[in-house]
Amino acid sequence: MTREIIIQAIISGLLMGFVYALIAAGLSLIFGLMEIVNFAHGEFMMMSMFSAFWFWALFGIDPLYSLPVGALLLALMGLATHYGIIRHILRASMLAQICATFGLAIFLRALAQFLWTPDFRTIQHPLVEGRVDIMGIFLGLPQIVASAGCLLGFTALFLFITRTETGLALQATAQDREAASLMGIPTDRMYALGWMIGSACVGVAGVLLTTFYFVFPEVGFQFALIAYVAVALGGFGSILGALFAGLLIGLLESVGGVLFDPSYKLLVIFALYLVVVFFRPQGLFGRF
Amino acid sequence: MPPSVSAWAIHAEQEPALQAALAEPLRPRLSLRGKLAAVTGLVVLLAYPFVFNTPFAHHMMILIFLYALMAQAWNILAGYCGQISLGHAVFFGIGAYSSGFLFATYHISPWLGMLVGMVIAMAMALIIGIPTLRLRGHYFAIATLVIGESVQIVFQRWEFVGAASGVWLPIVRENPLLNFQFNESKIPYYFIALGFLVLVCLAVAYLERSKAGFYFRAIREEPEAASSLGINVSLYKVLAYMLSAAFMAMAGSFYAQYVLVIDPETVFPLTLSILVLLIAVMGGVGTLWGPIIGAAVLVPLSEATRIYFGGTGGTVDLMIYGGLIVLICVFRPSGVFGLFKDWHLGHLFRKDKTHEHA
Repeated sequence: MTREIIIQAIISGLLMGFVYALIAAGLSLIFGLMEIVNFAHGEFMMMSMFSAFWFWALFGIDPLYSLPVGALLLALMGLATHYGIIRHILRASMLAQICATFGLAIFLRALAQFLWTPDFRTIQHPLVEGRVDIMGIFLGLPQIVASAGCLLGFTALFLFITRTETGLALQATAQDREAASLMGIPTDRMYALGWMIGSACVGVAGVLLTTFYFVFPEVGFQFALIAYVAVALGGFGSILGALFAGLLIGLLESVGGVLFDPSYKLLVIFALYLVVVFFRPQGLFGRF
Repeated sequence: MPPSVSAWAIHAEQEPALQAALAEPLRPRLSLRGKLAAVTGLVVLLAYPFVFNTPFAHHMMILIFLYALMAQAWNILAGYCGQISLGHAVFFGIGAYSSGFLFATYHISPWLGMLVGMVIAMAMALIIGIPTLRLRGHYFAIATLVIGESVQIVFQRWEFVGAASGVWLPIVRENPLLNFQFNESKIPYYFIALGFLVLVCLAVAYLERSKAGFYFRAIREEPEAASSLGINVSLYKVLAYMLSAAFMAMAGSFYAQYVLVIDPETVFPLTLSILVLLIAVMGGVGTLWGPIIGAAVLVPLSEATRIYFGGTGGTVDLMIYGGLIVLICVFRPSGVFGLFKDWHLGHLFRKDKTHEHA
């Protein structure tokens, strides 16, 4: 176990961590606003990955160029989900809430499998390909670009939430819905906005992933599971927590895969979730 | 001075209608029409395998019974006690592996293996449940999801039970009943599955009217209020989990003996946990008939789409089911059985006390 391999694992783990962070941030935003876990988050990402793939396969447009379209599509999907489903179950029992988004996830996954078969697809020769050699560490260029893209996306999200008026309104709604609405902040519109932004986040991450990851109907589930752990670890509702947790998980996954058996690396992450949720249920950072 | 409780008790004794209501047994009495319906149903079920004497017809009903059994087990925990488990396949797999492995390696009768599986499943439910049932709904759901995936990963690597190849049960021709293996026809499996389902449904029916059942429902609705009334919430949650796990393991053992091959991908996957949830929610979670209705709809739907579209049915059945679940959760969370109740169809089959007094 040479030093290079460990450093390699750490860096590629951190790169992946930024992707996880953006996915988790979207999930955390939605939960922070209305206390609903979007069990269809992974399937949303899968949809954005397929959109990027089809833009490439049918029109030859590279994912990096179709990124805005993918993000927009996902934002619309989030909006539709809010108005079609979520608005009706806000006051329903927890079973109804869990099952509604879960049912949506199953529907989307089955739809993708029906339309596009369970085959794995990849994008050949993306705009950014190949790898670089930085002082003996080999890093794939698509991974670096994807990671940078997610970091940019996350920064944009963070600045929006903390520096703009709408972002502050979102925070207010998350902290105290009634007080915010008394101040004139329309709750329903904030919820819709939260869904749009959260879905757009996961859309950006998904499109960027297509440059180096396989695209298939089940792909959402793997990332969603990691996102749940990241959000639980970072704290439901905390964007910064999602960043920290995403990086930590990326790191653990990569280093754990190198130190232990690669097939056990998911177990490490799951063990982490269970430990965090028992000893600190509110996560490391609580709310925004 | 405030009126004492005893003063109110005297009033109760003087109220004939109230007395009558308190004296009424909790079991609804079936009207003549209801009794006739029950007997007809029973006769139909008993005669079915002889009337439709093809292996496929038998297989489909066995699947319906099996899924209804699993959904009913999940229903105990989620429907009556309100804890949504997304990893219930774990217990199914434990049951399958326990009886399967014991039969394949040591030739222990699968009935005994099934009991062993149920005990192991209950022990696992205890171990998992005590820490996780403290968590709030979403956290608990994700925790069960995570544990389910973890167990599948572990079994995929565990050489002792065959790792990814799983357990292959030997084909044994003598002593079919003792060895729980019928090679000539599926009909014995049909009746055993039906027997299991009836057993579990009777257990749930008894649970519905028992003290534990009321405690479960109190915990589902308002855990804090229940706790303030002196109900040991943690204890009853864990009990529900253990009972639910035991019945899932029962189903798993049956499956192992029916299919004779088990591996981690078949008995532990998330898709199985999801199916169980779908069936229960669609049929009507928290009711006795819900899981049965759900299974009676899903299995024929799956088979029909499989035949129509080929392969895995093009997942059309899952699309329909996912969509239905969303619609149900949005518009009528009580499921199909809720519709049955809302349209007062139950009155067709029950003896109505109020009408008798009128």
